[in-house]
Amino acid sequence: MTVIEVQNLRKAYGDTVAVRDVSFAVERGEIFGILGPNGAGKTTTVECVSGLRTADGGVISVLGRPPADTALRRLVGVQLQESQLPDKLSGREALELFSSFYPGPADWQALARDLDVPLTTRYAKMSGGQKQRLSIALALIGNPEIAILDELTTGLDPQARRDTWGLIEAVRAQGVTILLVTHFMEEAERLCDRLAVIDRGTVVALDTPAGLIAGTTTEQRIRFRPSAPVDVALLEARPEVRQVLRHGSQLEVAGTGNLLHAVTSVLAANDIIANDLRIEQASLDDAFVQLTGRSDTGE
Amino acid sequence: MNVFAKLTLTELRLFLREPMSAFFVIIFPTVLVVILGCIPAFREPQDSLDGGRVIDLYVGIAVVLTLAMVAVQIAPAVLATYRERGVLRRFATTPVSPLKLLGAQLVTNLLCAVVATALVLAVGRIAFDVPLASQFAGFVLTFLLSAAGVLAIGLVIAALVPSGKAGNSVGTLLFFPLMFFAGLWTPREVMPEALRTVADFTPLGAAERALNDTMTGHWPAAVSVTVLLGYVVVFGFLAVRWFRWS
Repeated sequence: MTVIEVQNLRKAYGDTVAVRDVSFAVERGEIFGILGPNGAGKTTTVECVSGLRTADGGVISVLGRPPADTALRRLVGVQLQESQLPDKLSGREALELFSSFYPGPADWQALARDLDVPLTTRYAKMSGGQKQRLSIALALIGNPEIAILDELTTGLDPQARRDTWGLIEAVRAQGVTILLVTHFMEEAERLCDRLAVIDRGTVVALDTPAGLIAGTTTEQRIRFRPSAPVDVALLEARPEVRQVLRHGSQLEVAGTGNLLHAVTSVLAANDIIANDLRIEQASLDDAFVQLTGRSDTGE
Repeated sequence: MNVFAKLTLTELRLFLREPMSAFFVIIFPTVLVVILGCIPAFREPQDSLDGGRVIDLYVGIAVVLTLAMVAVQIAPAVLATYRERGVLRRFATTPVSPLKLLGAQLVTNLLCAVVATALVLAVGRIAFDVPLASQFAGFVLTFLLSAAGVLAIGLVIAALVPSGKAGNSVGTLLFFPLMFFAGLWTPREVMPEALRTVADFTPLGAAERALNDTMTGHWPAAVSVTVLLGYVVVFGFLAVRWFRWS
């Protein structure tokens, strides 16, 4: 069942077109990622879906309603980028206050515990990571059907980032649909069931992370130290193999398709063991670079 | 507790956590009355004031001072900061409209002004024998009307400034002329004729005159009430037109 549907979304600020033509549909219970370089139109897209901005063109439907429908405020939890709280408000006060906004709120104490939100610290005194975790807690406090999370783990240290991913997976396990904006490849690959890659205001690809990676033409590389000398010609005879290089005692085989199978079957047939085997596969990074023509996400 | 009461309580707490603002709004007007009341000549009836005393006038002026502080110093800075830092947008994603937060902020300011006013009146009455408004209903109505007028002006400032800091500066810049016409430095009664006419059409000048009328047993002058109503309507309309949530 589709819970968010965006068709031909368009939004401009004056002469600057932030979103040119974005369409996607999010199914109930999935974690849907929006990935793209800075300025691609990710945040504008989710702000239109959240009802914070009015689209110039296109149709958005959230749980069958237009995004401006106030009934959605109860059903959709939003974590905004660059949204702060009053300096002198403590974590406990923020959580208690926001939980009073919803008819069936989550247990704020449990959320605070899971997300390690400091209860007595005032907002101005919190670290970037603490503010971010409080912001995530506030997005989840109303027990939403859909959570929209913009740059979920920006500003978190690696451990906190992994903890947050775990929490998001737990939230999804309860049936919450999650729309996630990110520029972290690792995050997208780990969390998202499907991804829309947005660049310059349009969707350039929409697939599962594995599908996006499989779609790249980047070749794989396999490195290993063979237990006995290998006849390179045998390897090169396989259609998957493009090139074999020697680095001292190491062999590096480059190629495409099911390269690992090709290499291991040649080795097995010759009773050779591959020691220190390492595979360098195409990653979401490679897919991203191919799709957007940029070497990173602009960060 | 309903959400609005909870929001107001939170806003009150946040207000009290800014010791400087809390002191200037709640305590300072009373301190002013006490200092002026300690000057013996100000406690003597003056011929130039039709037999009134300077301290009697300054109780009314101190009440206006509390209104000026909450409405042009505090409210615009707080609301502009809320917009600048995305607090209003944050609320817009919840079932509680940011309008409620704005309302809670205004009620908080009004409550602080009421407390400060009660303190001024009590100290004036106990320490310096300044009579309580003999037209008390008129005093309350005038106080509320004046508060509505200056808070509407505060909202317009909050709507126009880009940041909390700018809100603070504009508020402070406006505070001095507004309080000048309210008679903080030269009470209306001893202003030159021309200046007095101008003062009667400024929001705090009109408020001071109307409050003074009710404190001496009269209903406020029609012109003051009309001027105050005018500020409520015009600035209320502009605030609604111009206020931005993000």
